[in-house]
Parts: sequence; C-alpha cells; structure tokens
Amino acid sequence: MGHGKVITITSGKGGVGKTTVTANLSTALAMAGYKVVAIDADIGLRNLDVVMGLENRIVYDLVDVVEGRCRLNQAMIKDKRLEGLSMIPAAQTRDKNAISPTDMVLVCDQLREEVDYIVIDSPAGIERGFQNALAPADQVIIVTNPEVSAVRDADRIIGMIEAEEKGPGKLIINRYKPDMVARGDMLSIEDIVDILHIDIIGIIPEDEKILISTNRGQPLVMQNGHAKETGVAIRNIANRVKGDEIPFIDLAVKDGFMSRLRGWVTS
Amino acid sequence: MNIFEKLFGSSETSASSAKNRLKMVLVHDRNDISPGVLRQIRDDIIGVFAHHLNIDPDAVEVMLDENDNDNMLVAQVPLTPTRRVRTNH
Ligand SMILES: Nc1ncnc2c1ncn2[C@@H]1O[C@H](COP(=O)(O)OP(=O)(O)O)[C@@H](O)[C@H]1O
Ligand SMILES: [Mg+2]
Repeated sequence: MGHGKVITITSGKGGVGKTTVTANLSTALAMAGYKVVAIDADIGLRNLDVVMGLENRIVYDLVDVVEGRCRLNQAMIKDKRLEGLSMIPAAQTRDKNAISPTDMVLVCDQLREEVDYIVIDSPAGIERGFQNALAPADQVIIVTNPEVSAVRDADRIIGMIEAEEKGPGKLIINRYKPDMVARGDMLSIEDIVDILHIDIIGIIPEDEKILISTNRGQPLVMQNGHAKETGVAIRNIANRVKGDEIPFIDLAVKDGFMSRLRGWVTS
Repeated sequence: MNIFEKLFGSSETSASSAKNRLKMVLVHDRNDISPGVLRQIRDDIIGVFAHHLNIDPDAVEVMLDENDNDNMLVAQVPLTPTRRVRTNH
C-alpha cells in the first residue's frame, strides 16, 4: 500500500461547511507542495466541482471509475492553476447505492500510491454515502458551527465514528464570530470542547469572502493578500494535518483562550 | 448554573443558555433516553407511590437534570394535600 493518507471531512448537520473545507484544505496542502486529490463522495449532490471551479472539465465521475467505464486517472481532473491538485467528481444523477464502502477503499488504496493526501468530501451523517466516505479514512475531521443543532448533530456523528473504530476524530469549528462570543451570544471554543470532548484542528471565522470565492470558483486560500485571517486559519489546518503543532493564535487571542486552547490541542 | 443565574435567569447570556440546553439534550441523546422511556418510568413511579400514598398522578414529573458533572434522573411526586386527622378526647 502507498504512503498517501486519507482524510475524510464530515459533519452531523448539513450545510456547515464540509465542501468549503474540503476545497480549501486540499488547495492549501497542494500549495504546500503535496500531491493532493479531493474526492466528492456526496453522490447525487455533487458540488465540490463548482466550489473548486472545475465543473466545466468533468468527463468521468466516481461511479464511472467504480463501474469500470474509465481508468482512475481519467476521472482525476487536474487543477491547471495549481500543480499537484486534482479532483474526482461525484456522479450527479445516479442512485446513492452505486458505490459501496469496499469500492471506496479500493479506489483510495490505488490513489495512495500516487498522491500524498486524499481528501474526501463526505455527505452529512447517517446518509449512506457517509459510510463510503468513512471506510477508507485514516483521519476523520468533523465540521461544525457554533450553534446548538450543529453541535448536537456533531456529537452523534462523533459517536458513530468511534463505533466504526475510525476515531478519535478532530473538530473544525466553522463560521466562528469572535465578537459574538465576546458578547456572550455565541458558544465559545471552550464551551464546544467542554461539551464534545474532542481535539480541535481548526477554527475558521465567518467570512463573506468565502462566498465570494465560491462565486468565482476559486478556493479562498488561493488568493493572496485578501481574506488574510481566514486564509491563515485554513493554512493552519493544513499544517496541523501534516502533523505540525500550530498554536491557535489568530482567533483565540481575541477570546483570551489561547493558553487553554494550547492545552487542549497538545493533550 | 450558580445561584445567581438561577435567581436571575433572564440575565443568562444566550451562549450559556445554548450550552446548558445542549448539555441536557446530549444526556438524552447519549443515553438513548427517548420521551417514551421517560413516560414509562413515570408510569412505573406513579404505580409504586400510589400503592402507598395519596398522590396526584397528573402532578408527577420525571426529568433529567445535571448537577456539577453528574447527570441524574429527577422525579417529583407531590403528595395531595390532606386535612389533619382530628382526634377527639
Ligand atoms: N466560514 C464561512 N463564512 C461564511 N460562509 C461560509 C463559511 N463556511 C461556509 N460558508 C457558506 O455556507 C454554505 C454551506 O457551505 P458548504 O461548504 O456547502 O457546506 P456543506 O458542504 O457542509 O453542506 C455555503 O454557502 C458557503 O459559502
Ligand atoms: Mg457539501
């Protein structure tokens, strides 16, 4: 088996930012010089291709690979803007049972030979596709928002990941608003860690530039200069995925949680 | 929740009420305690107490609560008000 590592991005609740994270994390890893392939495992609800701006170049998809209509390499769309980055799209119209967890493990084992990181955009929990995305994972990252229903559903999915012996997962808190936290109107990082008992691998602020970059089909981390804080937050996640220990300075300082956060992350 | 927050519930920030509500919801989720299970427990408790005491079944409440870090099941069984038994001499 190759050296490539499979990272699955999932969530309990839908719409919390999995696709955004998958696109940006894959891009950030490729910018750091790694070979990366992002896979859209959300069969029937394809959207990683548009978020990454690769929708016009799709010829084959994941189901075509699994059903033997094309070779794996033919379904990998190379990102011309960034050396080392490619993406395998989900099938848009076929039924969700077209792919099994075993298929995903086989596809990923092949990819491990060729790339350093395989980042899978999973559907939200309980759906069938979730099992597919989980099966090949070496590391599971759960995305949540600082909001009651999203945290509740994250708890459920964390339990399922542990039940499948794919734990411990790591958490990304997305759409974080330090000013609201300071006013006592948003769950803090500390509150969420206290409730979920899980390591944090990233905190991404709420940032309208995420939507703007999605409009353009250009993952935010690709743009230099603008969107500084959010770009740093995402690059930090990429560095932590690589195994670096990066303190949570950017947002945490504002909350005065930095020292405690360090403790959680290294614990 | 400290005594202050209990007394002045309204001054609680929305974040801490989110946190407290989440904690309670997760006690149910993690222990797989459905409303059906709670109802069954309540019925059983009513049965046991009614056997020995004068209680109003409709006033019995069973719920989960949290104290520091312990989760507990709390049952409230109010006794029906009764007149003092007069003894004549
Ligand atoms: N940090 C953020 N700040 C602002 N908007 C965001 C952020 N993260 C995600 N969004 C927006 O939220 C919506 C859902 O995100 P998406 O990544 O598609 O979620 P999922 O894949 O979990 O369903 C999108 O419109 C996206 O642009
Ligand atoms: Mg998505």
